[in-house]
Amino acid sequence: MATATEEIKATLPDLNNDEIARYSRHLILPEVGLEGQKKLKAAKVLCVGTGGLGSPLAFYLAAAGIGTLGLVDFDVVDKSNLQRQIIHSTADVGRPKIDSAAEKLSALNPHMKIVKHETMLTSANAMEIIKDYDIVADGTDNFQTRYLVNDACVLSGNKPNAYGSIFRFEGQASVFATKDGPCYRCLYPEPPPPGLVPSCAEGGVLGILPGLVGVIQATETIKLILGVGEPLIGKLLLVDALNMSFRTLKLRKNPDCPVCGTHPTVTKLIDYDQFCGIAPAKPEEATATVKDGIPQISVSELKRKRDAGEKFFLLDVREPYEYEISKIKGSTLVPLGDVASKLGELAKHKDEEVVIHCRSGARSQTAALQLKEAGFKHVSNVAGGINAWATEIDPSLPTY
Amino acid sequence: MEIQIPTPLRTYTGKQASVQVEGATVSDALASLTAAYPDLKKHLFTDEGKIRSFVNLYLNDDDVRYLPAKEATAVSAKDSLTIIPSIAGGRTLGTN
Repeated sequence: MATATEEIKATLPDLNNDEIARYSRHLILPEVGLEGQKKLKAAKVLCVGTGGLGSPLAFYLAAAGIGTLGLVDFDVVDKSNLQRQIIHSTADVGRPKIDSAAEKLSALNPHMKIVKHETMLTSANAMEIIKDYDIVADGTDNFQTRYLVNDACVLSGNKPNAYGSIFRFEGQASVFATKDGPCYRCLYPEPPPPGLVPSCAEGGVLGILPGLVGVIQATETIKLILGVGEPLIGKLLLVDALNMSFRTLKLRKNPDCPVCGTHPTVTKLIDYDQFCGIAPAKPEEATATVKDGIPQISVSELKRKRDAGEKFFLLDVREPYEYEISKIKGSTLVPLGDVASKLGELAKHKDEEVVIHCRSGARSQTAALQLKEAGFKHVSNVAGGINAWATEIDPSLPTY
Repeated sequence: MEIQIPTPLRTYTGKQASVQVEGATVSDALASLTAAYPDLKKHLFTDEGKIRSFVNLYLNDDDVRYLPAKEATAVSAKDSLTIIPSIAGGRTLGTN
């Protein structure tokens, strides 16, 4: 009569000669061997995001011989992605990322089954999508999805969540949502308020960083499947690429965690936008002429005002290194972080019309609200920022 | 003792990655930090003076939340406090 182990071995898929030749360097490693490679082939991994983290993650999972790889992405390749999203190429700019990624992965390993989920992961579809996979590797770029993936993994019967995240030149990695280990909410019960932590677009990111962290996520995924080594369960790996320092901090499962604790209060997926403090976009907001009491002006309107000789103070709230890339003639630079401390100097413009711009219109809106609160009477925000100016009014300026 | 400042908060400490402070306990060390860098206060603490829940504090390698004395834990000059905020590396919340 077969033992339980023998029965499990018998259900693992076979490898053909082509696969054996392909994975030979794995097969001769005691920690992998034929059985380990079969486990990799039997595994189903969901890769959420095919961008900075997803690129190296998906590539190495394909190389390793994962049997089924699900990809979730609804975004389109942009030129600025190519500084770090190495699964995409220059020829892919403008194409859906999921198609670009699937093509390259298939070329690397045609034995792997790729399942495309060209959609945003939401509370409405996450449980349904995740149910077909064993492990979820989270390579997303926003807090709402982080919490969504975490909760869905826990609620799906504790599917391990290979977590990685980055900011500028620092990264974090861990494995969440295992049965006895902590989940993302054990570490961060609540998200930061919107606007506190800048995005890669606003704060910048060292291109290699998601490369480092994405491969760590792939490593953890493979270790979990093979059952070897010490996965980052109950540990948070901190990476600082500038110092090339790696630190491991201890994480504990929080017995009061609302999702994975002993008395969970979150038993189904919630509204994560609301949880993260994002108000739902009102339909008229896309072309709003006033946002939170601040008039929004278009770049053509700004040009018209200038050409008509209208008197106004043009304030640029970007950083000095951005000012070097492009600037609008006649603007005064006061980086957003200095606006509060420079209110005294700016006070001479209190009764004047003040037009504020940044790169794309987000930071300048924040500055406009600050000035309005400080008693400035006529403050407006340039929608689309200097990038819109460069695209529509002055093409001699680069966009970035 | 040394407090390690994570990247997103370095704008409030004049770009310094670590700061030396005096204090007998974790709370004292943090009070010393926010006294020297007042802009940091609202990012680390709620109005009621509690540590914000998207910020984690580690005394050496241990989460302060799980130490028996929590923020009242005594510290010495050779200890190191690390602030770890949550990061998601990508889109700013609420904007494109």
